[in-house]
Amino acid sequence: MNSAGIVTVSYIIATILFILALSGLANQETARRGNWYGIIGMSIALLATMIGVVERHYEILLIALLVGGSIGLFVARRVQMTQMPELVAMLHSLVGLAAVAVGFASFMDPEKHFAGVELTIHDIETYLGVLIGAITLSGSVVAFGKLSGRISGTPLTLPGRHWLNLGLLVGAIWFGYEFVVQSAAGDGMEPLVIMTGIALLFGAHMVLAIGGADMPVVVSMLNSYSGWAAAATGFMLGNDLLIVTGALVGSSGAILSYIMCRAMNRKFFSVIAGGFGTAGGSVAKGAEEMQGEVVSLTAQEAAAMLANAKEVMIIPGYGMAVAQAQHTVNEITKVLRAKRINVRFGIHPVAGRMPGHMNVLLAEARVPYDIVFEMDEVNADFPNIDVSVVIGANDIVNPAALDEPDSPIAGMPVLECWKGAMTIVLKRTMATGYAGVQNPLFYKENTRMLFGDAKETLDEVLKSL
Amino acid sequence: MRIGVPKEIHAGERRVATTPEVAAQLIKLGFSVAVEEDAGVAASYSNASYKEAGCEIVASNDDIWSQSDVILKVRAPEGDEVGKLAGPQILISFLWPAQNPELLQRLTINGVTAIAMDSVPRISRAQKMDALSSMANIAGYRAVIEAAQHFGRFFTGQITAAGKVPPAKIMVIGAGVAGLAAIGTAKSMGAIVRAFDTRPEVKEQVESMDAEFLMLEFDDDEDGSGEGGYAKTMSDEFIKAEMALFAEQAKEVDIIITTALIPGKPAPLLITADMVRSMKDGSVIVDLAAEQGGNCELTEADKVVMSNGVSIIGYTDLPSRLAAQSSQLYATNLRHLLSELTPEKDGNVVVDMEDEVIRGATVCKDGETTWPPPAPKPSAAPKKAEPDVTLVPPVEKRSAAGPVFGMIIGGLALLGLGAVAPPSFMTHFTVFVLACFIGYMVIWNVSPALHTPLMSVTNAISSIIVIGALLQISSTQTTIMWVAAATVLITSINIAGGFAVTHRMLEMFRK
Repeated sequence: MNSAGIVTVSYIIATILFILALSGLANQETARRGNWYGIIGMSIALLATMIGVVERHYEILLIALLVGGSIGLFVARRVQMTQMPELVAMLHSLVGLAAVAVGFASFMDPEKHFAGVELTIHDIETYLGVLIGAITLSGSVVAFGKLSGRISGTPLTLPGRHWLNLGLLVGAIWFGYEFVVQSAAGDGMEPLVIMTGIALLFGAHMVLAIGGADMPVVVSMLNSYSGWAAAATGFMLGNDLLIVTGALVGSSGAILSYIMCRAMNRKFFSVIAGGFGTAGGSVAKGAEEMQGEVVSLTAQEAAAMLANAKEVMIIPGYGMAVAQAQHTVNEITKVLRAKRINVRFGIHPVAGRMPGHMNVLLAEARVPYDIVFEMDEVNADFPNIDVSVVIGANDIVNPAALDEPDSPIAGMPVLECWKGAMTIVLKRTMATGYAGVQNPLFYKENTRMLFGDAKETLDEVLKSL
Repeated sequence: MRIGVPKEIHAGERRVATTPEVAAQLIKLGFSVAVEEDAGVAASYSNASYKEAGCEIVASNDDIWSQSDVILKVRAPEGDEVGKLAGPQILISFLWPAQNPELLQRLTINGVTAIAMDSVPRISRAQKMDALSSMANIAGYRAVIEAAQHFGRFFTGQITAAGKVPPAKIMVIGAGVAGLAAIGTAKSMGAIVRAFDTRPEVKEQVESMDAEFLMLEFDDDEDGSGEGGYAKTMSDEFIKAEMALFAEQAKEVDIIITTALIPGKPAPLLITADMVRSMKDGSVIVDLAAEQGGNCELTEADKVVMSNGVSIIGYTDLPSRLAAQSSQLYATNLRHLLSELTPEKDGNVVVDMEDEVIRGATVCKDGETTWPPPAPKPSAAPKKAEPDVTLVPPVEKRSAAGPVFGMIIGGLALLGLGAVAPPSFMTHFTVFVLACFIGYMVIWNVSPALHTPLMSVTNAISSIIVIGALLQISSTQTTIMWVAAATVLITSINIAGGFAVTHRMLEMFRK
């Protein structure tokens, strides 16, 4: 029996299943099936490798698999939906760590027998795998820290940070050259280790310099990196399954980053260069300069306003996640829908901390997904909306993005809720959003502010309904 | 300080300057509130309800006038009321200083500080004190109710067993606050509503209320917006075209509600006797400009005139005909003004002439006439300034040379790679490039709502890197074996965690 052939065929099947898994995510109905395809594909690939390739140490292998799998399942069960960005960042760091470990192990493997150009190419592959893996690892760890609040979200702007990045890059290239030269002579551990250190530093510094508003880009970028790390490892091992999967994941993350950048009208490089957005949200300076006055209202008035509306649009932001208000939002939605009020949700692509964050939270609260819409789907409808409710969002509903060309967020597409009859903004304080930009929406004649914790305020609104 | 609320003495006036609810809030501002006996009865606010809110009910009218520091009224003081005021008392009411120069002079001589609710500047900060808008809103609503009262038919169209009823057609002239309120009311009663205004920017507001905006076929782009969002006088040609439009509409519509006013001028004549004659029997005209002479030639102030079967309603007291509602809104406007006037919330009024709103509304203070106020700051944007220009996000224009250059470089790099790389590498590379393209195609189809599951599932499958560890775990070298084992451990966390959390999330997406 040709076991190598069977393994290869299994890999092809796994590849196809992975592609189907991703294409299944095109809509909600096929997504669950897609996930099963992914699980089956992974199982086939694992089984084929274990049966066809692994020769010994089965017991250690199985223990590692079982322990790791149980930890994974446990974490997946326990994680709260609001913590998804942290979980994803943490999982990314594990892929990065794995890439680094596999790279080192492969380098140390005495059984490899390459020579000449093949050796050089193999070395470069190893080197790239470890490099990308290390960047992913430290970047994800810092991103995890920022998302979970263990590290301040304020961008770290070291003086001459661009020069530092450039220096690290040059260092990485130089040690790469050293590594290839020394490896040909049977050595090379030293430059590899130094480079890993540089890559770790680079990854950490890069994410540290990026502000809270750009977190969705960072998370999707790290997602992309974890894919490229897998692909580089695949090249190193000459394994097509790894290459294909890595490329799929890599391009997926790259596209997500692109979508996120476009949603903020920012260039990818300027995001990566960092220094944008103060996550702390400074209290508005020069609020007096804004024309008009903030009009606040009570939860009871808001409830009455909602009850009398025909078309309601709810615009959630990260504040809803922080306050864990999604369940109350769903209750309110149910009550309003029972009154034959058309309630819809408008989701901005960068609302929250990672792509699709709001959709997941609303889905968790059992908001039916057919009333949850993307920004582009609903933006034209705002003139017909009676009441828009902005929950803990700021920059994504800032009219300055459209009509103030000097604004830092100019050109960013936003949800144009002010075109509706009335907007209720739920907010804790008058602090600015991540971009640190004043929001003229709050001063508009048809805007009412409802100050307080989103959850508590919405509970009160629900009671009054 | 003590606030006094006398009973209105103007004939037919039912409103009162404060309601029990607002009085309670005034007391919270540190004031004591004295209300004349039966002041609120005509507006359905009983003496008991005021008492309950913490007010003092005073039987003597003189006591209210002489013992209060602040007098709140609806109508301007008239008759002997004026003489009862003396400095340093503060009077807050409608005053119409332009129309009542004599009253203003007497108040000034008496040293009274008078704040005219009709002179509150029309800026967005002062909206909550804009009593004119509050009253106009009520007048617009009531105009439709009065019209319905005199109109012998349904507003809404119906198909009944007894036959078909066509909906009433209503034309509203002047889409200011009153006009818009009338449009909304008539619309909600089921009528077909058309509206006309000389200011083209209100078209959007009219259409937002589901009414039809009557456009004037007129070559010149004449804009009727005057200062402060009010209308201004139009050119002769414009008026001619406008009148032709009205004449045509008059034959068709059942009800005309006119609200056209130009500040400081008599109301423009819009509906001529001929037009009234051309209207159907049973039609109704409600003229909200009756007090300023009327938009209709046949209007008589405070009366309903019948002419050729058309009822022409010229009531000038429409807000007063909805006394409870207008008292409540007016009192709330007053309360907002008073809270601006008592910055310390200690019941002590400070008339801060530096404040744009207070300066604008104060017509006389300490023996000096302070009306008219200096011109408002230009930043006090009229309604027209509402930004409805949506700037298209600037599209980056890149020179075509960029991508072409990049492609050439990329192509050369690939050729260079192909020249030196061994065939086995090129096979893998082919697979890699094709996989990138498949990824590109597939991912663009992913619904944005599922981006989070996408990330977690790609996370899980990128742990396919475990294969690398599996290849190494059979190594005879202990170090490599243990590193590989550790890698298997962490990647299996990722695999199980990634798929499980994706599954959990996808289970939540339900219709």
